[in-house]
Amino acid sequence: MAAKEASIMEGPGAGEENLGVTNGKIGMWTFLVMDAMTFAGILAGYARIRWGSPADAPWPDPLDAFGVVGIQLTAFNTFVLICSSVFMVHVLAEQMRGNMEAAQKWLMATIFGGMIFLGIQAFEWTHLIIDKFGLVVLAGCNENFPATFYLLTGFHGLHVAVGVIYNTFLLVMMRRGKVTEEHTSTTEIAGLYWHFVDLVWILVFTFVYLIPVHPPGS
Amino acid sequence: MSEIKAKGYLSPLSEEAKTSKWAYIKEWLCSTDAKRIGVLYLAFATFMGIFGGVLSILIRIELAQHGTVLFEDPSTYNALPGLHATAMIFFFIIPAFTGVANFVVPIQIGAPDMAFPRLNLAAFWILPPAALTTFFGFFLNSLPEFGWTAYPPLSNNVYSNMIGADFWVLGLVLVGVSSTMAAINFLATIFNMRCKGMKMFQLPLFTWSLVVTSFLILAATPVLTSALLMLTFERMFPGAFHFFNPAGGGDPILYQHLFWFYSHPAVYIMILPGFGLISSVIQTFSRKHIFGYALMAWSMMAIAVLGFLVWAHHMYTTGIALEVRVGFMFLTMLIAVPTGIKIFSWLATMWGGSIKFDTPMLFALGFIAMFTIGGLSGVVLASVSVDIQLHDTYYVVAHIHYVLVAGSMMTIFAGVYYWYPKITGKMYNRFWGKVHFWITAIFLNVTFFLQHWMGVKGMPRRYYDYDPQFEWANAIASYGSYVLFIGQLIFVANLIWSWKNGEDAKANHWYGDGIHLEWFIPSPPDHHNFHEPPEWKPIVRHHEHPDQPAGLWHSYKD
Repeated sequence: MAAKEASIMEGPGAGEENLGVTNGKIGMWTFLVMDAMTFAGILAGYARIRWGSPADAPWPDPLDAFGVVGIQLTAFNTFVLICSSVFMVHVLAEQMRGNMEAAQKWLMATIFGGMIFLGIQAFEWTHLIIDKFGLVVLAGCNENFPATFYLLTGFHGLHVAVGVIYNTFLLVMMRRGKVTEEHTSTTEIAGLYWHFVDLVWILVFTFVYLIPVHPPGS
Repeated sequence: MSEIKAKGYLSPLSEEAKTSKWAYIKEWLCSTDAKRIGVLYLAFATFMGIFGGVLSILIRIELAQHGTVLFEDPSTYNALPGLHATAMIFFFIIPAFTGVANFVVPIQIGAPDMAFPRLNLAAFWILPPAALTTFFGFFLNSLPEFGWTAYPPLSNNVYSNMIGADFWVLGLVLVGVSSTMAAINFLATIFNMRCKGMKMFQLPLFTWSLVVTSFLILAATPVLTSALLMLTFERMFPGAFHFFNPAGGGDPILYQHLFWFYSHPAVYIMILPGFGLISSVIQTFSRKHIFGYALMAWSMMAIAVLGFLVWAHHMYTTGIALEVRVGFMFLTMLIAVPTGIKIFSWLATMWGGSIKFDTPMLFALGFIAMFTIGGLSGVVLASVSVDIQLHDTYYVVAHIHYVLVAGSMMTIFAGVYYWYPKITGKMYNRFWGKVHFWITAIFLNVTFFLQHWMGVKGMPRRYYDYDPQFEWANAIASYGSYVLFIGQLIFVANLIWSWKNGEDAKANHWYGDGIHLEWFIPSPPDHHNFHEPPEWKPIVRHHEHPDQPAGLWHSYKD
């Protein structure tokens, strides 16, 4: 009976007919479908509000609202997040080679990248709240510009924070020897989440910061 | 303390639980066994179903006569329709299907349990707190009065400045989390844990319906969550967030788009498991394979895909462009095609079959007959010009109740009666089962049929009072609903009484005609379902195949 109990705790494995991947990976992929649709809902709301702005409350141009330096800072932040995603690939590569020491170092770099991203975002939010967005509202622009900004980047920042905690948990498990070179699937699943957070940021960054209200040449 | 004697998965696992009732109950509440969780879901759904039923009875008492009957204050009445809908949709129908599926799906695919047993338990345990949160306004005497749709501006902090509304929104977000967790679990289980020989197109149609439903939940529920998040921000920080407030540059119609992008697929979330379930019931009690198996599976997928493309048919009167409305009308009417494929395939399954009229089959037949009425009134509502007249009238109320009561609820009954011998190892009382069916089938029509007429004549839904010309029809509907509600108490009493006193059920209880794997293990099943991994002998569905000429009945073990 004890052996059976143990198998309950670990969860049953794949059956005779399967998709050739672990249960956990299907779980993460299907979770990401759900998460992607959550972002899709918020992004669709953003698009509707932005491109349906009334004439007396126009959407401000991101370039004016954030300033050139602001957009450059966030572009740097995007670069940091993409790098962190690349580091995550190295974690898996080193783990597959059986080089757990190197894998842990890459994982630390991944976590560090996520923390830098969050730090810069916190700095940016503080700056925007104190200095910038008041001016946007005063200029008679659509007040949903800051509202959608906080909702989208905040929701994404929450995902980054969860990812940092998730990866830290993975690091601890590696240090304690619970995740060894045999458990590549565990790392892969964590990586799926981390790459997804990166991918969604590309969309959020493009929508919120890059697409201009007045396209060049118009 | 006497020893707890129970068979199969009902038997206590630990030594302590064998003699102590409390340890046994604790073992149940903390069990990761999908079968036990399924029973917990069903118990919870039953409780919430009665709660939702009581709310509907309060509505019907108030409407039984013209003028004030029960509530001196109309605002108390205003809260009831929305809360009744919330209780029934999110806490009765969806958990009831999840419960049945938790029990049946792992067994049908030949798996020992769900893919993520602990996630499964967590998904269940989110539900009771979610229900408490959603209806917390009852304790604070501050109930949301904006219906189950919560359209802004009615639902914003100016017009609905009650704290109960915030609890309601939070509760719905929690339900969404719970059902998403269950959906992830079902998909991983069904895709990855099938036994040998159980290819995707060998899956029983009930399991197929769970695949499709889970995808619907995954893709639709988060959009509602995003809309509710925006609504919450707008309610909590009205100075900073104006997503749905035109004065701040927002758009109230946006909420309706997001809401119906969830809530239209949600009606398929509530009916597709029923479709799958009915396919099992009809094939067993007709002793014939389901007609057009592959098309039955594909038509569910077609319904799911089309279900995402029709949401704006709830919004014909919001002022969206006529071209858009006509497009949505066309797509909506298109859904009648895959649904028609299903109805006619069920009829063709019964054609020439050896039909036995046990209670599950009665409910299946009642479902086909009355769901078709609901489907046809849906086609009427889909047409733009007619809907502008019928929008927000009792015609819509009649339609939704023919689809959800005669549809979802009757399929749940069919499924519970069908698998009751398997779940409990006991047989329910057949006589009271049939009484329950006839009361449900007759008084459902007494309650809801005249509401079509009221709607056509222009009686608006959700109102506290109405024109005196509708009094006689409303009185009939009210008396019908009282009997309908009492009939459901017979059902609950029958199941509880039979669990203790019923005769023992056989393994393949329905005349030996069950062909799916759950009928080839004991009733009730043991812990971990199978003692050794089963092997599914594939059903050959070509009628001309020499091994299985037309009409030969499949048997798993021969």
